[in-house]
Parts: sequence; C-alpha cells; structure tokens
Amino acid sequence: MLPREDNFWSPDPLRVTRRAFLGRTSLGLGALGLAGLTSAGFASDDSVGPNQRAKQSGTEHPAGLPHFAPRAKRVIFLCMAGGPSHFETFDPKPKLSEMHGQPMPASFTAGQPIAQLQGQQLVCQAPLFGFRRWGQSGQQISEVLRHIGGIADELCIVRSMHTDQINHDPAHTVMNTGTSISGRPSMGSWILYGLGSAAANLPGFVVLTSTSKDGRNPQPIAARQWHSGFLPSRHQGVAFQSHGDPVHYLGSPPGVTPSEQGRLVSTVSRLDAIRNELLANPEVETRIAQYELAFRMQTSVPELMNVSDEPAHVLDAYGVQGADGSFAYNCLLARRLAESGVRFIQLYHRDWDHHNDLVKFMHVCARDCDRPTAALVNDLKQRGMLDETLIVWGGEFGRTPMAQSNKGGVGRDHHMRAFSMFLAGGGIRGGITYGGTDELGYHAVENPVHVHDLHATMLHLLGLDHTRLVFRYQGRAFRLTDVAGQVVRPILA
Amino acid sequence: MASGAAVEFRFYRDVRPILSNHCFRCHGPDAEKRETELRLDTRQGLLGATATGKAIVVPGDPPASELYRRITAPHADEQMPPAEANVPLSQAQIEVLRRWIEAGAQWQEHWAYGPLVRPALPRPSGAGPADNPIDRFILARLEREGLAFSAVADAITLARRLSLDLTGLPPAPVEVEAFAGDASGSRYVEFVEKLLASAAYGERMAVYWLDLVRYADSGGYHSDVDQPISPYRDYVIAAFNDNLPFDQFTREQLAGDLLPRPTIAERIATGYNRLNKTTEEGGAQAGEYLAKSAADRVRTTSGVWLAATLGCAECHDHKYDPFTARDFYSFAAFFADVKEQGVYSAGGRAPELALPTPDQSARMAELKAAASEVERRLAGLSGAQADDRPALETRAKELAETLGELKKSLPRTMITVSVPPREMRVLPRGNWLDSSGARVEPALPAFLAAPSGQRRLTRLDLAEWLVARDNPLTARVFVNRLWKLFFGVGLSKSLDDFGAQGEPPTHPELLDWLAIEFVDSGWDIKHMVRLLVNSRAYRQASVPSAELIARDPANRLFARQGRWRLEAEFIRDAALVISKQLVRRIGGPSVKPYQPEGYWEFLNFPKRDWKADRGSDQYRRGLYTHWQRTFLHPSLLAFDAPSREECAADRPVSNTPQGALVLLNDPTYVECARVFAQRVLDEGGTDDASRIAWAWRGALSRAPEARESALLLELLSESRAKFEANEPAAQSLVAVGQAPISNRHRPGEIAAWTAVTRAILNLHETVSRN
Repeated sequence: MLPREDNFWSPDPLRVTRRAFLGRTSLGLGALGLAGLTSAGFASDDSVGPNQRAKQSGTEHPAGLPHFAPRAKRVIFLCMAGGPSHFETFDPKPKLSEMHGQPMPASFTAGQPIAQLQGQQLVCQAPLFGFRRWGQSGQQISEVLRHIGGIADELCIVRSMHTDQINHDPAHTVMNTGTSISGRPSMGSWILYGLGSAAANLPGFVVLTSTSKDGRNPQPIAARQWHSGFLPSRHQGVAFQSHGDPVHYLGSPPGVTPSEQGRLVSTVSRLDAIRNELLANPEVETRIAQYELAFRMQTSVPELMNVSDEPAHVLDAYGVQGADGSFAYNCLLARRLAESGVRFIQLYHRDWDHHNDLVKFMHVCARDCDRPTAALVNDLKQRGMLDETLIVWGGEFGRTPMAQSNKGGVGRDHHMRAFSMFLAGGGIRGGITYGGTDELGYHAVENPVHVHDLHATMLHLLGLDHTRLVFRYQGRAFRLTDVAGQVVRPILA
Repeated sequence: MASGAAVEFRFYRDVRPILSNHCFRCHGPDAEKRETELRLDTRQGLLGATATGKAIVVPGDPPASELYRRITAPHADEQMPPAEANVPLSQAQIEVLRRWIEAGAQWQEHWAYGPLVRPALPRPSGAGPADNPIDRFILARLEREGLAFSAVADAITLARRLSLDLTGLPPAPVEVEAFAGDASGSRYVEFVEKLLASAAYGERMAVYWLDLVRYADSGGYHSDVDQPISPYRDYVIAAFNDNLPFDQFTREQLAGDLLPRPTIAERIATGYNRLNKTTEEGGAQAGEYLAKSAADRVRTTSGVWLAATLGCAECHDHKYDPFTARDFYSFAAFFADVKEQGVYSAGGRAPELALPTPDQSARMAELKAAASEVERRLAGLSGAQADDRPALETRAKELAETLGELKKSLPRTMITVSVPPREMRVLPRGNWLDSSGARVEPALPAFLAAPSGQRRLTRLDLAEWLVARDNPLTARVFVNRLWKLFFGVGLSKSLDDFGAQGEPPTHPELLDWLAIEFVDSGWDIKHMVRLLVNSRAYRQASVPSAELIARDPANRLFARQGRWRLEAEFIRDAALVISKQLVRRIGGPSVKPYQPEGYWEFLNFPKRDWKADRGSDQYRRGLYTHWQRTFLHPSLLAFDAPSREECAADRPVSNTPQGALVLLNDPTYVECARVFAQRVLDEGGTDDASRIAWAWRGALSRAPEARESALLLELLSESRAKFEANEPAAQSLVAVGQAPISNRHRPGEIAAWTAVTRAILNLHETVSRN
C-alpha cells in the first residue's frame, strides 16, 4: 500500500491532486506539468512532424511555427449569425434610397443566385436607418449601433466581403472552414493546430452561443462549425453550454464531492500506471495527464463562468445582468477566456436573420449586441490586451438591397456577393474603412475581400503563413485557404 | 525483380511519390494546369522527350536525362521544381532519382491499378507447410529484416482480443475461463466460430460500414431533421451476419431496385443512395442542392469501393491521379435517375418504403376489407334503403381516416426509385449556375475502364463493374480495411486513398494475395475474417519489445499485434456488458441514451428536445444511438465517432479530457457502475477482497495483482467511511439512472462500491484492445 499523506484532502483539489500524482504514482510522470490540451492521439499524421518536447510542455504545434513574429496572440470572433444587413450597419447607400420601390435593375441580378426571393419581383429597398460619422476618423456607422460608433477609431470596417454560399448552414461552413464541404477543420482548430494552446486549465478553442428571447426565430448552428475535421481531435472547439454543465459531463455525479472525485481520479491513474509497467504504452501516460486536466477543468471552468468577482462598473459596462447566457455575459466571458490564454474564442449570436420586420429586429440585435461589443473592445484596451487580441465581427453573409415583404414588416433576403465586417485589435489599422460595394450594395467591387482573404489575414496576424500551414489528408496538403487567399495588407497596422 | 538495384528501388514506393509530391501539380494528370504538355505521371511521358526533343529520362544515364539535369540545375531559371512552387527537393530525394535512373529507370504500374495476379507464396525458413498463407508473407518480410514473430499472446488477452474484434463486446468471465482452461488445439478455432456465428458480429462489422456510407438518422443540413433510414442499418447488420457475398452486398445497395423483382431487403438496401445530406432550409435552391448531392455521391461511392479521391475532380482534373473532371460528372450521372428533391419540406424524404409489422399488416387488411364491404353496401343501396346512406358514409369516412392514420404511423425507410434521368453536365469550376459545360452520360473513369457501347449505363452496371474480376481496386480496398480492423493499421495506411498520394502497402504481395483470395472465395467476408484471425500473426502479443519499439515503432512489419482504445460505441457496450445491463435486441428504430440537457438548444425548425428512452431501449448497443449529424451524442463525439456527413474510412483515436469526463461523469457510466456495484455485492462473495477480485475479473477477465487490489481496498474503505457518514449523498449517487436500486444493501454500501466500480470502468485496460 502506498503511503498516505495527511494533507491529501486539502480544500484545494487542484493542488492536491497534482501533489498526489507527483508524490504517489509509481511513474515519474514528467507530463504532469502539462499546460494544455496535448494528447498524443495519432499525431504521427501531422504532416509537418510533431514536436514531441513541445507536446509535453503544452505548447505543442508543428515545428517551425509561428512562421514569423505574430501581431496577435489570440482571436475573439464575434459571429453575428443569420447575416446582418450591411445597409443598416456599415455600408450607407444613398442611391438605394433614391431608387426605393423601383425594380432592381436586372443588370445586377441576372444569372445571380437568389434565396427566398426566387421567383418574386425584385424591388429596391431604401436603408432603414440613418448613418452618422463617428470618432476622429469619421467612420460611417449606422445610428442604431451607437456604442460601436463610440469605438469607431479602433475599427477597420471592411465593406467588400463576399462569400460562396447563400444559405446559412453552408455559408457558416465556408466562414469557418473555407469550403462548404463537411469534414474540413474550422479556423479555430487550424489556429490551435498551428500555435498550440496557452491555456493551462481550459480548452484552447471555446465557443459560446447566445439567443435573444424576443428576436426573430433563430437559425440552427451545427457543431460542425467548430469541428477539427481531419486535424487531430484535440484541436476541436469546445462549446460551453448556457444551461446545465457549461462543458458536457463537467459536474461530478450527485453525491460525489470534489475531493472524492479527486481520489477516484488518482486511483484510476495509479492503477493505469501499474498496468503500464507491463505495457509500456506512451498513450497511458498521456491519458493520466488528461485525467488530471479533466479534473482541473471541473474546478477551473465553473470559476471562469462565475463573474461575481467582477466589479460593478465592469458588469455595467457590458450590461451583464448575471450568468444568463446573453451575448453581454458571453462577451465578458470572452475577456476572461482571453486572460486565461484561450487561443480562439468564438461567440455566436443567432438573431441576425432579418427576412422580415428588419427595423424591429435590428433594434433587438442592437440592444443585445451593441453595448457588449464596445465594452469588450474598451475593456481589452484598458487592460493592455487589445494589441494582442484580434477581434472580428460579422455574419456569414450580408443581405439583399431588395426588399423582402412576404410577411410582416419589410426585411431583406440572404446575400453572398457583398457584406460588411469589422476587425480591431492585434495588428489591425484602426479608424479606416476598406473596400466598397457598387452603388446599390449588390457586388463587392472595390478591393473585394473573400472569406479566404479574411482567413489569410487572420493567420498572418497570428504569425502564420496561410500557404504553409498545411496538413496532409487523403494524399493532399490541405490549407484553411485551399488554393486561394491573399493577405489584405492595407488593413494591417 | 531483375537486378539488385530494382529490388532496392520500387518505383511506386520510392520514386513515384517524389514525382507526385513535387512535380505532378504542373506535370501531372490535370490537363488545364499542365505546363508545356510534359507529363511525368505516365510511362510514356517519363520516358519520352520534351517539346524541344530532349530525352526526359535516359535509363542508366542521369547526366543525359533532362529530368536530372533540371532538378540539379544551379540557376533559378532552369531549376525544377521552380522556387515559387514552394516544394523544393531534398538532396536525399535528388539522390533517389539519380540512383533510380542509373539503375535503369524501371517503371512500374501504380500498385493499386495493376491487374490482380495471385502472387506465389513465399517460403520463409520459419514456416511449416500448414501455416496460414498470411504468415508466410509476414514472416518472409520479417526474416529479411532479421526479425521474428512475437510470442503468442496469453489466453486471456486472446479471448478478449477475439471477442472485442469480432463482436465489439468484452467476453463474459465464463467464456474466458472456458477458453483459457481448454488446452486443446481446437478451442481457438471453435471460439472464433462461436463469435462469428453470434449476432453481435454483424453489429460490430456494421459500425465500420456505417461510417463509410455515412449512415445517420438526420439530414445533416440546417434544421437537420430526422430521416427514416434505420431499416437500412438493420439490413447492413443482417448482411454481415448472413455473410452476404460482398459483390451481392454491393449490387443491392447501389442498384437493388434495378434487380429483377427486387425483394424488400434489396429495396431497403438502396437506402445507400439516399444517405447524402439533405436540406429543408428556406431559400435553398433545388438546383444547387441537387449538384451538392450529386457530388456527395461521387465522393462517397468512389471512397467506399475504390478508396479513390474522385471528389477532387469536381472543379478541375485531379492533380495526382488520372481522374478527369469529366470522369467526376460521368460518375455522378450514374445516379441521375435517383428520385429525389433538391430541397425537401416538412420532414418527408420521399420516396420511402413503408414496412408494416405483421400486426400492422393484419390491421390494414382488416380495415381495407371493412372499407370495401361498406363500399359494396353503399353501391348496392336501393331507394328504399336510402336512410342507411348517411350512417354508411360516416363509417366509410371513419375507416378511411383510421387507415390513413395507420399508414402514417408505419415504419418507413428511404429507398431508391429510378426515374428518367435528369441532365448532367460538367460544371465548370464546380459552379452549378454555369450550364456551359458538356453534357455527360454515365461512364466509368476512363483510365480504369474501356468506354461502353451504345446503351446508357445504369447503377447496376456501375455495381457490376465495381465487383468485376478485373476491377483492380475494390477487393484490394476492402481487404486492406479488414486488415486494419484486425491489426490496427492497414497494409496501406491510406484506407481512403489508393491513388498516387496514398501510401503504398508495406506488403504489396500480401495485399494482392488477400484481394485475389477474396474474389476467388466468392467475396466471402467471413472467410477472409477467419483467415486473418486464425493466423499466427494475429495471435501475437501486442506488447512491443525494446528492440521492436526502436526498429518498428509504428508496427508496420507486424512483428507484434496492434493495440488501441476501443471505438466509441464499443466503450459504451463494454460498460453495459460488464454491468450486465446490455439489452441484446438487434435492430429497430434508433434509441436515445441519456444526453446532457440543452445540447440541442441550437437546433431549430422545429425546436426539439432529446427525450432519453425509458426502459430497455436505454440499454442498447452504441450503434443504435440516434445519429444526429449536426449534434452527435457528446459521449460518442468524445471518443471520435464521426458525424457521418462524409465517408469516413479511418477514425482518429484521441486521448482528451473530454473522454475522461465522459467515463467519469456521464450518467450512463455512473449508472453502469452502480448496477455493477449491486452485482458485486450480490454475486461477488462476502468479503471485500473477494468482491474486488470478482469485480476486477468481471471487467478485465483477469485476477488483480496485490497492488491493484490494495488500491481499490483503500478507495473502498475511504468511500465507505464518507458515505456512511453522509446517507443523503449515498442516496443521490445510487439514484442515478433508471435501473432499480437494490434493497438488499444499504445505500452507503452500494455507493462505496460504486466508487470502486467507477474506478474499474475508467481504467485504460477496460476500454482497450490489446
């Protein structure tokens, strides 16, 4: 029988377990200092060759990365799911007001894919909100987004985004993986694969989702959007739930205290270690480390989710009412995740699919998203973290200049040829607007930026060359940007 | 092989991959991207001349070979590959090319495309005349490397290995005892036969097939609504259990509807053609989604049968393999007659086949008889009986409604119905809006098959070609995957890519021998499985010696067995078997084990709740779990089960904290541990030590070591003290799940033992195949 430590059950299960492992297992488990999600899996498939030493230290990533000095350490991607209208957010179109009610010229629409407006009369719809100039930069932003207007000097607005897919599900898949074919890794997984995790007790890629109670019927978001595809599955995003356990199976079974759970985990690991004296299987050592990490997460994730230690002025700035799963709460969690070293933080807010009653639902979205977005940027800036955090804000596509009016008040249909996004923070030139659409906002015509270009630029800011961040699968070196993508250099600081 | 140098260099193993990786992108199969019409992917091209007449490769003379001159050219303007291609050759690679040319520049057909010829059996010195042919091939290679087979694994390991490999379930202790206790030579073979004859064999084999064909219970796009398809899954299980020859299995799935007078089973099998993702999203355009499903079927069918990445030729000719974009769309055209919609609505996935149970059939017959009786009476009414008319009419309406309700409630499954084929065109750059491409008819990939005659080819023709004797790929692909199932890694590691970029097999002659044997046996899968598991190679221990770890870390020579963590479904099955909760009912609608609340929060149209099954359906095998493509059950996902949106030939094996959390905290495993604890108390003896030994043996088939028992006794006594002092905690732990709580034992005692059984269910050994 192994010797018993008197202080084995101290109030801090984290420290205790580590001590227990180090002091009591029969292996000299060097992996216990592990600082990230670093299972071995079949890492021999990593095309660039796994870096074994780094794997043990938790900064595992393919050799030779990053390719050059990064401008940003992490990404917070604020996905406005459903597709915000560029006409009511970042892309003023006076010409569309002039043509309001007139047929959309066929020169724009002939041969173009059309979503719900198929077979209907296509009529110009004037912008439904006014624009104002904001900040010293004088950037034009809708009057409905006044808090975002307040951070205009931090933002690089890109008005010339375009994508390949016109329906939500495949368009999200393009935005996350660069293609609409399922089974490819999402950008967060690519980045984690390239740079490893810097989070000791949390997954390196975290997804948070919010839905307003009074928004338009929201679109589904598939778990595919944060899947690691053919990359090793430890690079998969972990979706934190807003109900129940924030991470699946995070809570110990009922009636089992943390210390009892710690005792169980330590027994399992010691038994595994005994058996491994015979088997000499390195996977078992990894497993022991993963059990320890799982147990640490049982404490660290609830701590992260509990924002009661935040001062009132911070809660007020975000508009957080409590741990309610709102976008505001998730923005605050995003900052906490960033502080904890999480590499890729993705927030989905699902209410932006404004086919009808655009004015009403835009007010709902602005109420829920405007203030927290600005608060997040300001908060990061105050903490000196904005310079090292890349913020990306936008949807999976934009909306039509044409009216959709088959039910309720007027709205706009899906549109893939042009939409607006903004970037801020790490390595981005703030206070500028880049690219432009035609006079009716239909096509991106000036400096078009495809999703591949966005990806190339994001990777660039993280110190990764998108043409060299590759993974061999089915005989081919795959990239996030496939065979396309160009870094959008004019928007870099 | 003629010369020593040729033995040293295998063109397709050593030389072609260099050309493929570094040259084919510009000098390969893609006509559009090919520079200067120079092709290095064909014999003609390689041994031919440049446009200006320079010989590319002069056998025996590297300096006279333009290829060698260019890869060693000192000046950037002449050097190949050009710097901007970003694929420079290493000195070692240049040296390989030089020595290959020097040795005579022998060209070989790609290993997977050449005709199947049964190789002669090697005669390794260590093999006796009765040895399994597999062993001859493996041993011959080992002897060349100066290695030998590892010792035969111990009986307990073998019993577990066979049981897990052939049924996906751990053996019961009595089976292990019988196996280990019987020293006769026939026990092994008899145990194999027993396992092959069990219904669990078909379930185990189905898991792999369902990954390949991307079987799922939901449509996959957007709202991801349910689709009726579980009878297809049951067809697959039955096909493996009945040992349906693989050629017939192929015909029935691709073209069962085109067989003469198809049976119900053959029609159910055609659900294969309907397993593509589908959408109901508002604003989705039918033409776009028809194009998506066409491409999806090409990727899947070429992946399942040919391990070909034909899907890469959707937008352009393949960069590495001789598939053209025209091949891609011609292949898609085989499925142009499949009746389907681009965009579905309201949950229907017509055409579907109704599959009434015998009771439902009888009830329908009754209702129809009653209805025609009413009709008969209505028709025969004379003027005097006019007063009866309203009552009869009401009755007729009622009967029609009841029948309608019954018909709606019948089990259904998606099937293939052939309709006049829609027009298929080559889509330039894969763009479905561009109809300028050439019209195509169904055709086999041009480099693999001669063009057909005048008649339009059908799915049945495709199936017949896939399983034709002279198809070089299908049998090789299938036996390579069988090898992976029983050894852990394929003879070629590339289970899903037998093209130029795939890994050549470590034992090419063995691969070919197995493929021929498979065809000659009449595509007899059980015959092949028997061959594999009865081999000496299969029976080896899996613990590597220090020498083998150094010499062959990835076990590509098979001087030992493989070892791996179980598949997601089998991890669940093991816990259910160990706790004796497994309900061994085969087939039926998919089931819903416990799932974290709110996991489906982001599903919509309609919003849905996961309602965990009550009663026996809660305790079914993992493969029956409702397979929701966009939100696969998180405990399956944690152990790498694929979403089944795309063909998956190889699951990764991860080792993550999510996996640990599942085994520690998922109520399924907590309940299994608690029920197992109750069994330990009831059946495991009367004192702690014997109970621990009993539990250990029940899960791991072996006796615990003293150190192992000691750790569990320690855990037990601590847990006992805690739970005895805290009755409510004990009660809440034992209340997890639906299984009855034993009243023969105090909750504190059950809870204390639950800590022990949880530890056992969490062991690496419990979830591993060694």
